[in-house]
Amino acid sequence: MSLPDLLFYVFAAVALVSGALVVWNPFSRNPVNSALALVVTILSLSGLFVLLRAYFVAAVQVLVYAGAVMVLFLFVLMLLDLREEARRRVRWATVVTGLAAVGLVAGLLLRALWLSGPGEPVPAVGVEGTVRPLGRLLFSDYLLPLQVMGLMLLVAMVGVIVLSKRDLP
Amino acid sequence: MQWTPGLEHYLAVSFVLFSLGLLGVVVRRNLLVMYMCLELMLNAANLALVAFSRFRADLHGQMLVFFVITVAAAEVAVGLALLVALYRQRRTAHVEEVSLLRL
Repeated sequence: MSLPDLLFYVFAAVALVSGALVVWNPFSRNPVNSALALVVTILSLSGLFVLLRAYFVAAVQVLVYAGAVMVLFLFVLMLLDLREEARRRVRWATVVTGLAAVGLVAGLLLRALWLSGPGEPVPAVGVEGTVRPLGRLLFSDYLLPLQVMGLMLLVAMVGVIVLSKRDLP
Repeated sequence: MQWTPGLEHYLAVSFVLFSLGLLGVVVRRNLLVMYMCLELMLNAANLALVAFSRFRADLHGQMLVFFVITVAAAEVAVGLALLVALYRQRRTAHVEEVSLLRL
């Protein structure tokens, strides 16, 4: 087994374990721990992206998710005092029905994967997700979506400013 | 069983991660944790897209991931602003206490 293969298993295991810790941490129910576990998940997913040769997406993942989004999450977590949530009791009916529903969905997905048969071999001439080909694509085929995305970010920014004003209209 | 990770391995990781996120959204009752589980689901979808992009030698999947990340960032910003506004009004981030619209 070569090093990239080994790294796949390491990153996948870390991503799955910390993803489980986001949902259910047996030691504490503090949302800050969920946020930190989510950071670990995002970083190991970025490692998986590097293994898939999507270098630019991996960099964006670290910068935008682990940088911006998680800082926003932690900022709001610190802003709101959510300590009382830790004392709340878990309702077992909710957990059981949730587990059943999710088990059905997961079973469906894994069955689809199981039935799909062996995949194609890795193409010898793989694509490299570096900045140059992605930028070429972004500013030719995806020019209109890019502009729409910029407009959407502007709308989101204005919306956030309006929502965070002290006296809501 | 083949140990060299192929498309199936990446898709399996993505499916399990997606199911974990769905479980969190269904089970957890704290709005912030539910948001984090939504992010988990988006990340699982991104992993599937990047894996398909690699194994089919097609960059369009990575462009879609790029846009998904942008939308997720905007969604988190708006959602957290809504959450802060809600907390100012009701002093809670617990979904079962936000039942103003319930008959």
